[in-house]
Amino acid sequence: MPKSYTVQNTDLLDTQTLEVNFGPQHPSTHGVFRMFVELDGEVIVTLKPVMGYLHRNHEQIAENLTYLGIMPYTDRLDYFNAMTNNLGYAMAVEKLAGITVPERAQYIRVIVSEFTRLINHLSLVGFLLNDLGAFFTPILYAFREREKILDVFEEISGSRMMCNYLRFGGVKCDLSPAVLETMKKITRNFPKFLDEFEALLSKNEILCMRCQNVGVLPKELAVNSSITGPVLRASGINYDIRKVDRYSLYDRFRFRVPLGRKGDTYDRYYVRVLEMRESVKILEQALQDIPVGEILNPKTAPFAKAPRNFKPPVGEDYGRIESPKGELGYYVVSDGTPQPWRYHIRAPSFINLTILEDICLGHKVADAIIILGSLDIVLGEVDR
Amino acid sequence: MNIAEVKSYIEKTLPGTKLTIVRDSLLIENPADLPRVAGLLKESDTYRVDYLASITGADYLQYLECVYHLFSMERKIGPVILRARTNRENPSVPSLVPIYRGAEYQEREIFDLFGIFFDGHPDLRRILMWEGLNASPMRKDYQQEDREKLSAEDIRWLDEHGVSVPPEFRESQQG
Repeated sequence: MPKSYTVQNTDLLDTQTLEVNFGPQHPSTHGVFRMFVELDGEVIVTLKPVMGYLHRNHEQIAENLTYLGIMPYTDRLDYFNAMTNNLGYAMAVEKLAGITVPERAQYIRVIVSEFTRLINHLSLVGFLLNDLGAFFTPILYAFREREKILDVFEEISGSRMMCNYLRFGGVKCDLSPAVLETMKKITRNFPKFLDEFEALLSKNEILCMRCQNVGVLPKELAVNSSITGPVLRASGINYDIRKVDRYSLYDRFRFRVPLGRKGDTYDRYYVRVLEMRESVKILEQALQDIPVGEILNPKTAPFAKAPRNFKPPVGEDYGRIESPKGELGYYVVSDGTPQPWRYHIRAPSFINLTILEDICLGHKVADAIIILGSLDIVLGEVDR
Repeated sequence: MNIAEVKSYIEKTLPGTKLTIVRDSLLIENPADLPRVAGLLKESDTYRVDYLASITGADYLQYLECVYHLFSMERKIGPVILRARTNRENPSVPSLVPIYRGAEYQEREIFDLFGIFFDGHPDLRRILMWEGLNASPMRKDYQQEDREKLSAEDIRWLDEHGVSVPPEFRESQQG
């Protein structure tokens, strides 16, 4: 339960709290999201997130589509991370239908999801600094690097952000040697960029002053509130689904899981910077070892042309992956027809909002904005 | 995690709980037992199921169902899948918010889209749809509004203001 904050009124002045609606159209809410805030002076007394402005009932749309037809819709959930959204959905359906994925396709999946993680964390750090008042300079540095990765995505999938790249049992197109070379070059140069970025930011006094000890999320609350992803790990809990489930090929690569100590906004920022370094390590190994071979399971290849013939056996499955924002789960129930009977998404940014009020209470309004920024929400996924 | 082991463990510790294995999940025959079962799994030293990953509502025409996916962050094992079924006319399931805070928004979402009431939820309001909507959009019998027709209220307003409404815009008498 949220701890309560009482209005401090020591003298006999008659004071009142002020009710403010942040959003839905506000640059720092990262989309159409509203925070109903009650303020005592500048201090937050209550905060209620209000969402649903971008709701389009994705789940109901999906129940009237074929299994493959849902794939492009998943791109639009968390529109920064189309590749990982595809991966989560593909893995749930593959588990349901018992489809195996060839090794080269698995490698390609790991590579694109780690590039997606880089994109997500870069944009997050950029936007967080935007919220802190470093107006558009850091984010343009971040977007310069993101642009290079998006160019690669465009080359392999035909689209920069709405990739629609994965298929059940593999991926849509193969990586050419030239693309692999570009990927290697980006991976090689990325640590240099991160060093520069960090030299300017990580020990910056304003960033430290504004972020340290702000919005502390205690361990127990984080676990009990189903928080996942970097927000959880910043609170010091070692839970990374790449390590726990060892899905795809993540057991083959050596990487560490960065953890925070205090769980404040600074830790949430720094865990992401460190995660980018680990992603680069995975990318280096994957790009080195990628084998030659098939990219799509020949048994499922015909379904890409005729998706209505794809009918998984009656059953249900829950597939989950470590998306850059946390645990992205897809729950699919099949009744043996070309359309799923039930299709549900466990959206990490939606559930991570549960603790927004708890960690904002007692802080100033300006802090609420950076706390929200450090939680890393995307409204396409919150509202679905 | 072996689901049969979990079942016998729960039945041994909480006598009187009726459980059935459905696929690889445990169906709790009486939904009122759900908080006890979840609380036991959370506190038990063998399982330590401390993390509620996801709650899904589903409509199976004869009944509505809530599916709970639980994992253990401490032991890094899972999932334990629990199910609770409820009738369509008066759907209600006990809330898990006192045990798992993470259920708060997910239960609100299911309440919003399926109309299942969660007893004991601290703040059960619509979360995605607008206030005042009198329907449960994710139920299978939900009818989308017909955009070609005008509502009775609008027709009355137009009639009052002297605008003639052609018959094809009026709703049919059958409703």
